[in-house]
Amino acid sequence: MSVEVSARSYWIGYQTILIKEITRILRIWAQTLIPPVITMSLYFVIFGAIIGRRVGEMGGMPYMDFIVPGLIMLSVITNSYGNITSSFFGAKFGKHVEELLVSPLPPWIILAGYVSGAVFRALAVGILVWLVAGLFSGFHLHNVLVTFSILLLTAVVFALGGFINAIYAQKFDDISIIPTFVLQPMTYLGGVFFSVSLLPGIAQQIALFNPIVYMVNAFRYGLLGVTDVSLWTAYVIILGFGAVLFAVCLNLLRRGVGLRS
Amino acid sequence: MNALEVRQLKKTYKNGVEALKGIDLSVVEGDFFALLGPNGAGKSTLIGIISSMVNASAGETSVFGISVQKHRSRAMAEIGLVPQEVNFNQFEKPFDIIVNQAGYYGVPRRIARERAEFYLKKLSLWDKAFRMSRTMSGGMKRRLLIARAMVHEPRLLILDEPTAGVDIEIRRSMWKFIEEINAAGTTVILTTHYLEEAENLCRNIAIIDQGRIIEDTSVKALLSQLDVETFVLDLRHPIQQLPTLDGMAIIQRDPTTLEASIPKSRSLNSLFRLLEDAGIEVVSMRNKTNRLEELFVRMVSLDAEDAA
Repeated sequence: MSVEVSARSYWIGYQTILIKEITRILRIWAQTLIPPVITMSLYFVIFGAIIGRRVGEMGGMPYMDFIVPGLIMLSVITNSYGNITSSFFGAKFGKHVEELLVSPLPPWIILAGYVSGAVFRALAVGILVWLVAGLFSGFHLHNVLVTFSILLLTAVVFALGGFINAIYAQKFDDISIIPTFVLQPMTYLGGVFFSVSLLPGIAQQIALFNPIVYMVNAFRYGLLGVTDVSLWTAYVIILGFGAVLFAVCLNLLRRGVGLRS
Repeated sequence: MNALEVRQLKKTYKNGVEALKGIDLSVVEGDFFALLGPNGAGKSTLIGIISSMVNASAGETSVFGISVQKHRSRAMAEIGLVPQEVNFNQFEKPFDIIVNQAGYYGVPRRIARERAEFYLKKLSLWDKAFRMSRTMSGGMKRRLLIARAMVHEPRLLILDEPTAGVDIEIRRSMWKFIEEINAAGTTVILTTHYLEEAENLCRNIAIIDQGRIIEDTSVKALLSQLDVETFVLDLRHPIQQLPTLDGMAIIQRDPTTLEASIPKSRSLNSLFRLLEDAGIEVVSMRNKTNRLEELFVRMVSLDAEDAA
């Protein structure tokens, strides 16, 4: 008769959420994978190829090369965050999140499934943008381990952040407020288009409170071998954010905030 | 072992509404149990707590001896829930909805696919299995909810008004299926507004009103409380004068229809004898209202008077 709750049943549950998420992302590929690639291609053409020639060098390298890691990171951050908010809030809004809530799956499996789905989309978009960037500036890969670990950790951190947003969101407007008013300014001011060393004294100090500065710079180190910040500081900050956000997500899910009465 | 055990269950919502005021309830394994009550009585809150969608304010709920509050995952594995409202992703295909649901319960994908096919066929939905579920009719969506609830083969199936808005033919086929499931050993808890369904299908019954259980007994014992039954009699020929029958209240609805209220202490034979003596020929006879409905309305009205 009924199924036994075990590590294997949890693994099947996790796989199910992940497969469902990946299927959704691939089914609506024209909405999930292509737009960021087009947007980033325009950035490469306008800021890299056209304006970049006049800018000259940044951080000791052609401006086009300099902006590639930041633009990949920008697409990873927005897609990771956007995927989980739209998917989980959509499930909440359509009430089909109840399928998961009445199932034996513990909160951490539900969280892991949705985060993995967001990471899949973020990495897929990141790789596509990297391939497009290669057409403009050639392919650079200074340190594979740093590149992929930073990419992965950043995607996880923003997926967790997006999950919290989706839990608290009551209407669709609520899932666009944080990306518009918080994430976008933080990302644009996070060293995507410029080296933080160019900022005047106090602004440079303020910029160092922005975690995205560390993510972009660590990723730039992975691809190009240059960074404005210490690599280890970057790892500590990203892992710290990840741990705190993971704990908050689990706590919200366990208490059923926004999900159970 | 009881399939469901509820002890001193209370729920007060954040807005101060006291939905459950200390409920005790037991459902034996294998039972077909009806949970009845007017709108807002607390039925959905109770089902919500059993299925872990609602957090209890106090009290204990266990399913086959497993505490829902302490061992949620294990308890949930035993339950299949058919909710009141359609809550699957209407942009997915029925087959995928069921296979995914099975996955959440740890059923391997190969087995999940076989079961999805079995239950979709059983509920006459196989021809819609690979179409977008939003294109299905209301009745089909309700059947899909049942198929989804059964895919992990739970020991306790909870149906929260599963036939609301479903036409009579589909309703009958749904009940046939649920009866088969119950006969195979699955305990069924049903809430419905069609009291005729509860009377015909269920063995035991609880009536909940204003957050309290006001009756918890067998359907048979409950029906035996009915001291007067009202029958509608269709006559072959019109009558001019109303017959007087001792101890029975008779009303003439139209020249060929009578309504006779008969105390349980009198037999139907005595009614027919008296009608025969009066030269009245009866061609058909039926209950005016469903017997359970009559009792239900009476009990809930009494409870409302007590509360006032």
